[in-house]
Amino acid sequence: MGQTLFDKIWDAHVVSNNEGFPDILYIDTHFIHEVTSPQAFDGLRQRGLPVFRPKQTVATADHNVPTWDQHLPIKEELSRYQVDMLTKNCAEFGVELYGLGHPYQGIVHVIGPELGITRPGCTYVCGDSHTSTHGAFGAIAFGIGTSQVEQVLATQCLLQQRPKRMKIEVNGQLQKGVGAKDIILYIISKISAAGGTGYFVEYAGDTIRSLSMEGRMTICNMSIEMGARGGLIAPDQTTIDYVKGREFAPKGEEWDKAVAYWQTLYSDADAQFDSELYFDAADIEPMITYGTNPGMGIGITQHVPETASFEAKEQGSYAKALNYMGLHDDESLIGKPIDYVFIGSCTNSRIEDLREVAAFVKGKHKADNVTVWVVPGSKQVQIQAIEEGLDKIFEAAGFPLREPGCSACLGMNEDKIPAGKYCVSTSNRNFEGRQGPNSRTLLASPLTAAAAAITGKVTDIRAFLSESEFAEF
Amino acid sequence: MATKIFKHLQTSVVPLPIENIDTDQIIPARFLKATTREGFGNNLFRDWRFDENDNPKEDFVLNHPTYSGKILVAGKNFGCGSSREHAAWAISDYGFDVVVSSFFADIFKGNALNNGLLPIQVSDEFLKNLFEAVFSDAHAEVEVDLENQFIKIVSTGEQESFEINPYKKACLINGYDDIDYILSNKGLVEEFEQK
Ligand code: SF4
Repeated sequence: MGQTLFDKIWDAHVVSNNEGFPDILYIDTHFIHEVTSPQAFDGLRQRGLPVFRPKQTVATADHNVPTWDQHLPIKEELSRYQVDMLTKNCAEFGVELYGLGHPYQGIVHVIGPELGITRPGCTYVCGDSHTSTHGAFGAIAFGIGTSQVEQVLATQCLLQQRPKRMKIEVNGQLQKGVGAKDIILYIISKISAAGGTGYFVEYAGDTIRSLSMEGRMTICNMSIEMGARGGLIAPDQTTIDYVKGREFAPKGEEWDKAVAYWQTLYSDADAQFDSELYFDAADIEPMITYGTNPGMGIGITQHVPETASFEAKEQGSYAKALNYMGLHDDESLIGKPIDYVFIGSCTNSRIEDLREVAAFVKGKHKADNVTVWVVPGSKQVQIQAIEEGLDKIFEAAGFPLREPGCSACLGMNEDKIPAGKYCVSTSNRNFEGRQGPNSRTLLASPLTAAAAAITGKVTDIRAFLSESEFAEF
Repeated sequence: MATKIFKHLQTSVVPLPIENIDTDQIIPARFLKATTREGFGNNLFRDWRFDENDNPKEDFVLNHPTYSGKILVAGKNFGCGSSREHAAWAISDYGFDVVVSSFFADIFKGNALNNGLLPIQVSDEFLKNLFEAVFSDAHAEVEVDLENQFIKIVSTGEQESFEINPYKKACLINGYDDIDYILSNKGLVEEFEQK
C-alpha cells in the first residue's frame, strides 16, 4: 500500500518508536518568539541544560512589538521586558535572533518562508498554533506549548503521537473575487471549528494546485482553526520556484539534491487517509464570519443562521455568540457599518496580499467612519512594499502602512480594537476579545476587507467587479 | 523538572456549561506578558470574571460562592484556539487539578498533561448528567481515579471510564516528564543526526 505525504515525512524523522511510547520525532528547525519562550529558557536553566542545537533554532520578536516608531524603545513596560528577555536568552544560549530593527524581523510564520528556512520535507515547530503555515511547502509544521518548547530546546526532538490523516480536496474554477482566504473560511464553516481535531490535513485538488505559495500559506495557516494539528500541500514547481535563490535555501549541488528529493514528496495514488472530504470551488462565495469562532462563517450574501436551526444544547452558546457580536438571527451582513479594517497577521500580510489590496484601492479613498491599519508581515515585506510604491497608494487611500508585527491580530501591543467596535480583519481568529476587550471581529479576505474600508460597510467585493478600474488587474 | 504528581481526587466541581471555550477566554492575550509560570490564576477567564473596572461580575460562576472544588466541568471543544500553555497554567494556578469536557482541543490537552492538569474526556451523556447533578446540588462530589481510569458522580454512583495515553498516565502518576525520557535516549538522537 502506498504512503501519504505526511507519513513519508514523519517516518523520515522518527528517531525511535518504542512500543507503548509516543514517537521521538526529530525537529529540523525550531522557531521561537518572545511570548512562549521565556519560561522554557528558565526551565533549561533550572535543569542546567544548554540549547542542544542552537543553529537549528531561529528567534524573532513579533507578538508584542509596536507597529509604529519601532526604532524607539518599546513604551509598554511588560512588552519591553518580554522582548528584552528574548534578547538576553538568545545571547546566553547562542540562538540567532532577528529582533526589532533587524532586516529579517517579522511575524515568525512570514519570515521562515521568505528567508528560505521553510522547505519541503522538513519538520518545524514553534510555540505558536499557526506554525501550520509552513506546511504549505510540503513540510510537517505544527504548534506546541511552552513545555514542548523547552523539550525541543533541550533535545531538538519532540515526543509525539502520530495523528490521523485527512485529505481535503478542492477542485474546479474559483469565482472572480474569491481567493485562498475564502476557500479556507468556507471549509471551516462546513466542517466546524472542531472538525479537524486529531488530524493532520493534506490539501489537494486542482484549485489548491493553482494557488500561489502565498495563497497556500493562507490555507495551511488556518488548519488549526478547524482543530487540526496542521495542514500540508505537496510541493510542486510553484514551491520550488518560490524557494529558489532565497537567503537560506540550498545552493549549487545541494540545491539539485534537494529538488530531487522534493520531487518524491507526494501522497501515493493508493495511499489511505483516515478521512477524505471534497469541495467544489464554484460553490465558494466571498466569505465573512459573524460569530466568535472561525467556523461561524457564511457566504457574504447569506444571512446569519437562526438559533432554532441548532441542536437544543448548542443554542445557549450560539445565542451568547450572537449577543456578543451584536447581531441577530437571519440578519444580512451586507451593508452593515463597520469601524475598523485590519489588513495583516500571518494569514494575510505577505507582499502578494498587499499588492492585491493596493491594486484595488488605487485611486479610491477609505470611508470616513473607518480606521484602517495595514501591517506588513515582516521588515522585508514592508521594504518591498515601499520599493514598489504601494505605501504611496495606501497613504492616498487613507491606509497608513505600519511596521511589521502581529499587531491587532491579538492586540498584545497598543493596536487594539475598542470595545463594541466592528473590525473587518484579515487575521484568523474572531474569538471574544481577541482584538481587544469586547471587540467584534469579522474575518474576511484582504479584498473583502479593503472593500469594507472603502465603503464603510460590509460589501460584496463582486459588486466592484463590473467597474472597469477593477477589471484592469 | 518533575511535573506534579496526580493519582486520585474527590471534590465538588465548578460547572461552566459553555461550548467552544477558547484559549483567549481562558487567558486573554494581554495577560501573556509574564516571563514566569506563576500568577496566571488571577486572570483565568478574566473578561468573563471581571468588568472593565476590574470588579467581579456576579453572574460568573467563579464569582459564585456556591460553587467550588478542584474540578472544572466545561462544554464541548474546550481549549480550542492558540497553543498558549498559559491556559493550562492559569487553570492549574487557580487551583483546578482536573478539567472535564466531552471534547478537548489537541494542543490544550497536551499542554494540560505536561503540567499535571488532567483533562478527562467523557461522553455527552455523562457530561449532561454531571451538569444536572451539580445544578441540583452545588456540593455534589465527583471522584477521579487515574490509576483505574474512571470518573464517578458520587451521589448517583454513575461512573465512566476515560482514556489516557499509558505513557502520559505513567508520567502523571510518577511525576516525570518528556525531557527526562528523551534525554535518556540521547544516543539515538545523535545517531539519527549522523544519517
Ligand atoms: S499574526 Fe496572529 S496568529 Fe499569527 S503568529 Fe501573530 S498572533 Fe499568532
